[in-house]
Amino acid sequence: MSDDAHAPHSLFRRRLMQGLVALPAAAMLPRAAWAASPATAAVNTTGLAVTDDTVTVGILHSITGTMAISETGSVEAEKLAIAQINESGGVLGRQIKIIQEDGASDWPNFAEKAKKLLASDHCAAVFGCWTSASRKAVLPVFEQYNGMLYYPTFYEGLEQSKNVIYTGQEATQQILAGLDWVNRTKGSKSFYLLGSDYIWPRTSNKIARKHIEAHLTGCKVVGEDYFPLGHTQFNSVINKIKLTKPDVIYAIIVGGSNVAFYKQLNAAGIDLSKQTLLTISVTEDEIVGIGGKNIAGAFACMKYFESLKNPNNEKFVPAFQKMWGANTVIGDVTQAAYLGPWLWKLTAEKAGSFDIDKIVAASPGIEFKGAPEGYVRIHENHHLWSKTRVGKALVNGQYEVVYETSDLVQPNPFPKGYQ
Amino acid sequence: MTFLTRKDMLWFVVLALVLLIVFPLGLETFRLNLFGKYLTYGFVVLGLVLCWGDAGILSLGQGVFFGLGGYCMAMFLKLEASTPAATKIQSTPGIPDFMDWNQLTALPAFWQPFHSLAFSLVAVVAVPTLLAFGIGLAMFTRRVGGTYFAIITQAFAAILTILIIGQQGYTGGVNGMTDLRTLLGWDIRTDHAKMILYFVNAVLLLGAALLSHVVRRSKLGRILVAMRDKEDRVRFSGYNVAHFKIFVFCFAAALAGVGGAMFTLQVGFMSPSFVGIVPSIELVIYCAVGGRTSLLGVIYGTVLVCAARAAFSEAMPQLWLFAMGSLFILVVVAFPTGLAGVYRTYLDPRLDRLLPWLGRGRAPTTATVERPMHAAAME
Repeated sequence: MSDDAHAPHSLFRRRLMQGLVALPAAAMLPRAAWAASPATAAVNTTGLAVTDDTVTVGILHSITGTMAISETGSVEAEKLAIAQINESGGVLGRQIKIIQEDGASDWPNFAEKAKKLLASDHCAAVFGCWTSASRKAVLPVFEQYNGMLYYPTFYEGLEQSKNVIYTGQEATQQILAGLDWVNRTKGSKSFYLLGSDYIWPRTSNKIARKHIEAHLTGCKVVGEDYFPLGHTQFNSVINKIKLTKPDVIYAIIVGGSNVAFYKQLNAAGIDLSKQTLLTISVTEDEIVGIGGKNIAGAFACMKYFESLKNPNNEKFVPAFQKMWGANTVIGDVTQAAYLGPWLWKLTAEKAGSFDIDKIVAASPGIEFKGAPEGYVRIHENHHLWSKTRVGKALVNGQYEVVYETSDLVQPNPFPKGYQ
Repeated sequence: MTFLTRKDMLWFVVLALVLLIVFPLGLETFRLNLFGKYLTYGFVVLGLVLCWGDAGILSLGQGVFFGLGGYCMAMFLKLEASTPAATKIQSTPGIPDFMDWNQLTALPAFWQPFHSLAFSLVAVVAVPTLLAFGIGLAMFTRRVGGTYFAIITQAFAAILTILIIGQQGYTGGVNGMTDLRTLLGWDIRTDHAKMILYFVNAVLLLGAALLSHVVRRSKLGRILVAMRDKEDRVRFSGYNVAHFKIFVFCFAAALAGVGGAMFTLQVGFMSPSFVGIVPSIELVIYCAVGGRTSLLGVIYGTVLVCAARAAFSEAMPQLWLFAMGSLFILVVVAFPTGLAGVYRTYLDPRLDRLLPWLGRGRAPTTATVERPMHAAAME
């Protein structure tokens, strides 16, 4: 590879990057902090884009196209984390430079851009992807070029790669505790499973069904239905729900379909303060579209809510809103995206190197005490130990936390008995 | 009849030099692989030159044929990657991972033949061609043409996308078929393999361009142009217009299928996002930018647009779509006949004066007669 592969490819891009990097903190850093930084030859033996005072990482999300609305929060969180890390002295004495690429809501394009970030830009780490489809598209690229991906979204599990750290929850973490909770506190016995028709809802509902039928005594699934992405006609399934009268509607509907679904539930006279509805797909970001009054009373089960009360979160939320606007909301995935750069920094410092193999080796056991969701730790399987929480949707678009697991829940991407 | 004039020959050689020497020497492996990907679209736009540029049949569904070719190749590669050993963590080892996620427990019957490379390679060409034949037979014998035909091809693109996404247990759904590894045990992911695949692709593309050129220079090619300009006269002269249209549509589909297969091999996966309406229209845009009546023009046009797309999106991730849009508007307004039109108007006459010996032995140039783009699009 030629040397210019490390250099920005155009004047415009160089300016853009300088802008991005210089904005937060680079200039404010005391020179003394760099004096102690280890030699480049020692921390980078594999030709990554590391210089004596910078290290280059990639951000790869959709900022155009249909997924942009969801992924923007993740980009913002990652940039905030990187700005904060730079302010506090960088990683191994080096300031983080960002190369941002647009996945454009197009999975093959994600693969192309991932290849560019790794093969051409030699990024030390990439923070990115959102949908399972985009992750599946880039996974072979990261394995081939031996890159490091920090993936923020809660997802279906059934995957584990040495080149990926999954900072969101896998399906069992997100599902089991919530079902146990609703069964215990509401005495719910019958469940109606709903989902958008692709791998995450299908796998999640499969796990939910197995858990309901095998582990919750006397409980049963009374219906299971799937809808194409973007579907907006839920009247027939709402009629079925009215007929079967389930104790719990378990909904894993994603994206724009949510707006139609909750409005039509309301219009059909299903009052969410009386009918228990548990979702794992609606974060504060989605409520902005759905409208707080349409979903108030529903329960969501995930690991983070913006309203969490802890010292970390009380610093994180104002910092986020200061950087990106007072009206921005922070959902589960946005918070998980914020963890990525921090976990990478901690891992690199434990490994004393940016080399991917050393990062991989050092990852298990990395603890991050500053996480807005509270303490998290990387498991041997590259997922995070994290607490699971249940929130109740309020009219103002926020969740009120009504339950959290007492301990961190172990990630189990290949759950026995649930496949 | 002369099929290749000296000038044709010169430009073919120039293209061959660019593809086989300039690109491999001038680009790092990663970029070369990207250009290899762009060149797979070249197969589709060659087909569009005959189909749209010559015969005046605007198809907004070429992505369907590209995708089918790609999926046929991907099915073979996916089966090879899904050995029981590689998939032992699944509930049912030995079947592709997406089938396992969708609770399939056995390989569906229509997947079985794709264990064979020979069958798969035939299918790469045959499946798109047969579908094109079916569509062509249904449409052209009923004299459906112009805008109506374009709309129907779009509908096919939409139908196939919905089908693939909906039947995720059989097709991989939105995710597509990912993580393709080897071709008969040969790892297609290494830089060395990518280089070889690039050359295979470039040589095939040159072959396809030559074949298309021969078709255009033949009597058949001139009937196609005649059909575009005055369909009724061709019909009254005793030709069965529908047959010629079906042929050229199938020809374009077969080329697109080959492009799709080369795409799968070089990129390492196939997804429904190449089948839909948007990619199909993008392919037509590549063709328009290159100049839809020039075989070589459209290849340059495709590479240029794709390279511009990559450069814009790397330089300005937030704004690159606007830059692409501006580029297309600029081309359509300023150069309605595309790159090839610019060449014919400004460069070609000078070249003739400069190198008069090139012009000798010139074949009839009816096939290169250009009309304004909007005139054909309106019909």
